[in-house]
Amino acid sequence: MYCSMKKLYPVIKVKNFATGQSIKISERTFKHAQNLQGFFSNVAGLTLFTLQTIRETFSLDFEFREFLRQCYKIGNKSLPLVAITGFIMGLVLTIQSRPALADFGAVTLLPSMVSISIIREIGPVITALICAGKIGSGIGAELGSMKVSEQIDAMEVSATNPMRYLVVTRVIAVMFMLPVLVLFADLFGLFGSWIGVNIKGSSNLVLFISEAFGPIDFSDFIPSMLKSFVFGAVIGIVGCYKGYSAGRGTESVGIAANTAVVTSSLLVIIVDLIAVQITDILL
Amino acid sequence: MNKLQADMKHADSRGTSAETMIAITNLIKGFEDHDVLNNISFKLYRGENLVILGRSGTGKSVLIKCIVRLLDSDGGTITVLDKPVSELNRKELLELRKKIGFLFQSGALYDSMTVRQNLEFPLLRIRKKLSRTEIQEKVMEALENVGLADSIDRMPSQLSGGMRKRISLARTIIVDPLIMLYDEPTTGLDPVTSDEISLLINDVKEKYKTSSIIITHDIECARSTADRILLLHEGRIYMEGKLKNFEESADPLVKSFFK
Repeated sequence: MYCSMKKLYPVIKVKNFATGQSIKISERTFKHAQNLQGFFSNVAGLTLFTLQTIRETFSLDFEFREFLRQCYKIGNKSLPLVAITGFIMGLVLTIQSRPALADFGAVTLLPSMVSISIIREIGPVITALICAGKIGSGIGAELGSMKVSEQIDAMEVSATNPMRYLVVTRVIAVMFMLPVLVLFADLFGLFGSWIGVNIKGSSNLVLFISEAFGPIDFSDFIPSMLKSFVFGAVIGIVGCYKGYSAGRGTESVGIAANTAVVTSSLLVIIVDLIAVQITDILL
Repeated sequence: MNKLQADMKHADSRGTSAETMIAITNLIKGFEDHDVLNNISFKLYRGENLVILGRSGTGKSVLIKCIVRLLDSDGGTITVLDKPVSELNRKELLELRKKIGFLFQSGALYDSMTVRQNLEFPLLRIRKKLSRTEIQEKVMEALENVGLADSIDRMPSQLSGGMRKRISLARTIIVDPLIMLYDEPTTGLDPVTSDEISLLINDVKEKYKTSSIIITHDIECARSTADRILLLHEGRIYMEGKLKNFEESADPLVKSFFK
């Protein structure tokens, strides 16, 4: 029994740096400890990187041209994807909700139900998740390959602060562009919903708009926009952090892009949960 | 007194004109599981080309990255233009780096920028007072110096390995550095292009009056550029001297380089 246990979980010796003594632990426990250490060092690294980004943001030399270039790259080039997703989202939501509302004879509430869902929650979250995939991975891969090919080092030795030039511009560009993209996603989502309403019924655009925006007021937009702003910061910082801390091999570029998407998507969901709780308390 | 210290004393006594640009004393650098540089000491004098030879993995690139503090040293002192590198704050370090040119092994051209933008990049940040016309003139002059004026609007992906190295050299010299650090300038290039890069290194020295450290394992490059050579082996300086001393040496390790 002991032998088979030993085979399954081989024991290794590790040095306790606090006492200087060697202790025996199973290899599996050691791996769990390493994973835990990796997690905490990641959290610490991301926190320090965020603080450094905030510090560099308020420096005098702001790279305005690079910021505008990133706004174009992030905003303009993500627009088709966000618009198509928003349109399909609104269309599908309308088609799927119609039977449930029809059972209660509440089909006329369909535009307002869809608009509340899209503007308050689905628009910001789906857009943020799409951008975490497209923008987050793009930034992670770009900065990762710049690290691998020593371009970041070249910037550093040519007396340029790469944090300011590469990180701050990208993070602020995502923060500003994401709320704009969310507005577009909302708009196309509502257009999709209008098409959905007209598939099995009939509603002209003016009537649809008045029904959709009837229950919506300004307080529905503000939390949504603020939330998008924070989502943008999360996507930008995580993408930059993963790219910036990439290893030296080409494999690390793929890892940087992949972990940027996974981490930022997860953080977007967590931030959304917190934002919903705060909005619920405040409004 | 070991051989190295004796050499240094000898170099210092050659005359007061031998102004020290870089002085490295007992430099130690290691990574998690192994030591890379172990008590390295040497000096770079004004106007000389110092070639550091050594097999791959002996810490040559680590050494020059420590000089510009891309890597922090674990011990010893590095003084560049009379400034202790490890004690400088961020602002002072950026000021010092303006006087140092670093040619990376890969060229490290910015992929998203054209050749023109690559050359303008350091100028716009280091020589802020230059007008638009002056910047354009300097860009053209640097490109003409490396013989690639017609590539000004190309992207780095459209350039060959040798062209990338030349453009990278142009980007480095455009800000008139006092010290040049070359990291494997001829690695991965054919013999003809390697010779051209070696000639360019000598041209840069003559024209810009730079003092240079050239990291290489290319003997032909060392032969055509070196005023003095250091041979690095297992993290230590194995031999220091003129090209002639190396070529006449009977030491098996030295002979393996200078066949």
